[in-house]
Amino acid sequence: MQRTRATLSLAVIAAASVSLIGCSADDGGGDDTIRIVYQKTDAFVALDDLFTKVKPAFEEANPGITVELEPIVADEGDYATKLALMQQSPDTAPDVFYEDTFKVRSDVEAGYLLNLDEYLADWEDWSKFNEGAKEAGRADDGSVYAVPLGTDTRGIWYSKSVLESAGVAVPWEPKSWDEILDTARKVHAAEPDKVAFNVYAGKPAGEGSVMQGFGMLMYGTDDELYDADAKKWVTGSQGFIDSLAFIETLYGEGLAPAPDVALDGSMWQKLFGEWFPGGQIAGTIEGSWSPSFWMEGGQYAWPEYVDDIGVAAFPTQDGGGDGAVSLSGGWTLAVGANSGNPDAAFDFLAMALNQENSLQYNIANSQIAVRTDVAEDPAYLDANPFIGFFTDLVTYTHFRPATADYPEISAEIQAATEAVMTGQMTPEDAAAAYDEAVVGIVGEENVTG
Amino acid sequence: MVAVSSPPIEGDRPTREDPNSRAGRRPPRAGRRSIARLLPIAPSIVLLALFMAGPVIWAVVISFTDTALTGRSAREPQWVGLDNYVDLVTDRDFPVSLLLTVVFVLGSAVIGQNLVGLGLALLMAKANRTVRAVVGTTVVAAWVLPEIVAAFAAYAYFADDGTLNQLLGAIGIDGANWLYDFPMLAVILANVWRGTAFSMLVYEAALNDVPPEITEAAVVDGASGAKRLWWVTIPMIRPSIATNLMLITLQTLAVFTLIWVMTKGGPGMASSTLPVFAYQEAFKFQQIGYGSAIAVVMIVVGAAFSIAYIRMLRPERRS
Repeated sequence: MQRTRATLSLAVIAAASVSLIGCSADDGGGDDTIRIVYQKTDAFVALDDLFTKVKPAFEEANPGITVELEPIVADEGDYATKLALMQQSPDTAPDVFYEDTFKVRSDVEAGYLLNLDEYLADWEDWSKFNEGAKEAGRADDGSVYAVPLGTDTRGIWYSKSVLESAGVAVPWEPKSWDEILDTARKVHAAEPDKVAFNVYAGKPAGEGSVMQGFGMLMYGTDDELYDADAKKWVTGSQGFIDSLAFIETLYGEGLAPAPDVALDGSMWQKLFGEWFPGGQIAGTIEGSWSPSFWMEGGQYAWPEYVDDIGVAAFPTQDGGGDGAVSLSGGWTLAVGANSGNPDAAFDFLAMALNQENSLQYNIANSQIAVRTDVAEDPAYLDANPFIGFFTDLVTYTHFRPATADYPEISAEIQAATEAVMTGQMTPEDAAAAYDEAVVGIVGEENVTG
Repeated sequence: MVAVSSPPIEGDRPTREDPNSRAGRRPPRAGRRSIARLLPIAPSIVLLALFMAGPVIWAVVISFTDTALTGRSAREPQWVGLDNYVDLVTDRDFPVSLLLTVVFVLGSAVIGQNLVGLGLALLMAKANRTVRAVVGTTVVAAWVLPEIVAAFAAYAYFADDGTLNQLLGAIGIDGANWLYDFPMLAVILANVWRGTAFSMLVYEAALNDVPPEITEAAVVDGASGAKRLWWVTIPMIRPSIATNLMLITLQTLAVFTLIWVMTKGGPGMASSTLPVFAYQEAFKFQQIGYGSAIAVVMIVVGAAFSIAYIRMLRPERRS
């Protein structure tokens, strides 16, 4: 009995050590292996296509170096979490990775990104990048840590056929929030089963609830979310309450998708795949990338979109100010701060973002180009009929507050929109809860209002 | 951040009427021999310390820091003392989450799994072999499924266009959107469905141990079925009840996958029990320190339940 037990425990130890050795055998990319980590979903394969194409070319140009592609199959929120967890150990930290612009500053502070100033100084292509876009990768210390792949703008996408059948004249160019509500009510009265107008809201839609939702409203009011000059977050503003009230009205009157549908994180797939092609929705706020789903070879190929879809700029609250509003985000490529071979990592990044590859990626993913030599390329301009319109929206565009606290505050905004769309809180209460949360995050001294 | 690992399950050991218990007849000069005896189990102690105690201690330590996955505190976590706990107490979501956790544990474990399991075990004792085989297999099937599979099955059942509403539709009833309108009810029912088998098995074994002569004596004394159950059977299986309650409580306290797949803790906070809340804070909002503080609170809640159950056992031992 004793002996069998001893044998058993030895066996357990042996098994455990083997599994531990198994863990450590994966050295996570030494000097001659560079590991590329990026997002891939069934609807987003453009980057995977790009890297799959660059890998053999890079390995041929750099003998002895192996490129290891490691796509993470997850939505944006889970991708960010998984990437952050990979960064916790030098063994798993990536050499080159796909990074959302709004995470750049906080991740630089976390020490995940390599300072690229020296590399960029020697990279002749860097001068081809749009000056505004270069800022996307700049951190609080003034250095650049990430190189943009492309950017995006946002506006209204609507179905001409649905609007016409509801008696709304197209082209539809609303000049204020009230005009949007009027039209939405008209559509709702004529076609109660259809979605009249969608504004993303709620936590499951993640950052989309701010970029294709609340933010488009907030930046069209007279108030600000963040006072960039004073470097303070604004609380207690009427614009914040008004923006939430607009969302409450849309969802409360049944003009937007039913809250239970909207709170399913995969609603956007229905919107692109079923609602627009099936004539089930009149309009939505969406990004410049929308055609990437509908174009030939896209996830929800629907060639007729060219004729059925109309676009308009999203108006400010009462048509004042610039009259229109757009938000821009976009993604970048960055080099890991702990990369074993930063030179090779940067070379890979540079090759992936050269003119030819950027052009391919911008077209495949319907991105607004950030390289001037891509933006002028006829292939880019002819890629889809809306690219010109959305490139022009850059005039009205706003960027999210570029602070390290932003991701956390964004989560609070998402919670506020969810509380309002489900009727759990009034706009005033949700705004008050947001104010309280912001003070908790940044401290009393970094808040105005 | 770690899932709450079950605190002292061994707590019920002394109560078991174990005829082979060595407690009473250990020789006084046990020093050297007991060290020798410990040797074979040393590896498992080391492994337990490494993989169970280690993460728990780490979670407690982290809960006193502002460790995050991004931002400055990801690089240089600061010791913040009790700040996370102070924030937690003033967080308007925390009382909601705590209450939902208690509702979930009471509803799905203490009442649901426990009573349904006991009921099934009592009925099974009277049933014939075929019924026992069919019912037993059906109930255990839910328990055998991996949690993620069970969670998807429950989601498919309760979803707006899911099985339940299609069945209701077939008889002309327009069902509610269960996961949205009654999220807690849906996850509680799902957890009862999934976990009842365990209680049933425990009680079946316990009922088998009730000596038939005692029950027969009660019958001779003229006790009705309900009285026999209340005055004879239940007191006899009391240790099993306490053990079972403790195990299913701790298990239910840690349920995450089921709720996450079915409702993601929503809508709003409407089904965010503590594990979901901790996950949201730690991995969605990337506040590892704060999430760990919630995990520590979960350990405390689990310990409170365990102590209550252990207390419950004591009078039984003396009698």
